[in-house]
Amino acid sequence: MTLVDTVRFPATFTGVRWSGAGRRWISPLVLLALWEVGARTGVIPPRVLAAPSAVAGTFWGLVQSGELASNLIVSFFRVAAGLAIGVAVGSALALTAGLSRLGEDVVDPPIQMLRTLPVLALSPLFIVWFGIDETPKVALIALAVVFPIYLNLFNGVRAVDPKLVEAARSFGLSGWSLIRQVILPGALPSFLLGLRFALAVAVLVLVVAEQINAQAGLGYLINNARDFMRTDIIVVCLVIYALLGLGADGLVRAIEGRAVAWRPNFLKS
Amino acid sequence: MTRPAIRPVVSAPGGWPHKTPAVRVNNFTRRFGATTVLDGLDLEITQGEFVALLGRSGSGKTTLLRTLAGLDTADGQDVAVPSARAVVFQEPRLLPWKRVWRNVALGLAGGDARRRAEAALAEVGLSHRIDVWPATLSGGEAQRAALARALVREPRLLLLDEPFAALDALTRLKMHDLVLNLWGAHAPAVLIVTHDVDEAISLADRVLVLDGGRIAAEERIDLPRPRDGGAGFQAIRRRLLGHLGVEVSAPAPRAASDTPLVNFPVRETAP
Repeated sequence: MTLVDTVRFPATFTGVRWSGAGRRWISPLVLLALWEVGARTGVIPPRVLAAPSAVAGTFWGLVQSGELASNLIVSFFRVAAGLAIGVAVGSALALTAGLSRLGEDVVDPPIQMLRTLPVLALSPLFIVWFGIDETPKVALIALAVVFPIYLNLFNGVRAVDPKLVEAARSFGLSGWSLIRQVILPGALPSFLLGLRFALAVAVLVLVVAEQINAQAGLGYLINNARDFMRTDIIVVCLVIYALLGLGADGLVRAIEGRAVAWRPNFLKS
Repeated sequence: MTRPAIRPVVSAPGGWPHKTPAVRVNNFTRRFGATTVLDGLDLEITQGEFVALLGRSGSGKTTLLRTLAGLDTADGQDVAVPSARAVVFQEPRLLPWKRVWRNVALGLAGGDARRRAEAALAEVGLSHRIDVWPATLSGGEAQRAALARALVREPRLLLLDEPFAALDALTRLKMHDLVLNLWGAHAPAVLIVTHDVDEAISLADRVLVLDGGRIAAEERIDLPRPRDGGAGFQAIRRRLLGHLGVEVSAPAPRAASDTPLVNFPVRETAP
């Protein structure tokens, strides 16, 4: 009995592993096929959801006309500008609060209060302040980015091993050299984690911010499509948003792989 | 102010002039809140002398070492130490984001930092690990890198805070040899804080027992190195254990001096 078990168990086990990777693709593909069949047979009307093939065709058309690229670039620059401002402001605030008790007492309370606000709820106020062109969109993204950067970097600075700081001090490091050689590298993994959250929230806020009277960008494309009930264009834009999110995450992972190559979990691979 | 007479160095290598002590502490008191950890402590370490400091947990060994290292305030009391001093901690405390040689060269000024780091790493037998990340080092290698980082500063006073406590017995023996060799080559004054009586006797010229905030007892070790745990070794060991409040009824038959019979808790209740 035992003998049979020990012989059979590994065989079954490798069998599962062999088909495992391919098997995970089956159910998404079946769903996609059902969607296509449903659309073609009229079970799913086009104004509810366009067929995958129609979406693919629309995507190709938008690419060929250059419409997608031009709008994507507009959206991309909104995210980039918002991120750049948000990361810079968040980092400056986190370092101010992280490196000095006085800075913490000044900076931390208002940030902790403001971060409980849902950023998107501020959009009416931002429209009143900044009008309806690019400024409120970028400002919303920037504001949303400040909090994850601030919280993670502040934590990272404070979590640097005090024993390492003490050792570095005993070897003559102080002031800026201590910050540059010990505290900032020690806080870097936390900062990168914050950056990942920041990129995700930036894409999220972009979607909503672009609903504000956009003349160009992915949001404009979606709004236009909604007016003409073009579900195919809407789905294309949704896929693009998803790809933006994925791409942003991949970017931070790539940065992590280079910047924190010294970490044991990176060294193993 | 009564100052203890400067004792002759028994076996310090390198031939330092013995006129000025490397360390001089007079009537030093350190309190943490209501607790007096060090209470009117006097200590003198001669140039090139190897001193071991024993004591029970919480006796203030680490506080004294940190004071000498400048990591704990001396509050303007009479503590004289050389400016060139370096610490090896119980944990290697290498910066994980700097390659090994950059850790050794930490805080060094001048363009030849790499060359000096390489030389120091060669001395501790880590020439082949110069460019790796600290996370890839074994415990013994990491502690040798920490030794190199201390040595590269050419310290007149080397402070060792239970540096081998976390290592296995074999590695610890190798580290003892290494430390003695480095001490022979560079002749710094050494203060090693340890909980291991055998380690103290194996390494030091003089073993101090810290108790009640003062140096409560002192044993000069005149045995020739390497010290293999013979009768003289055992006699000193019994006396030191007695000072530490541990009664050893019969001299236990022991194969080698590297298996300590008595181990005090490794970590002090750090104030």
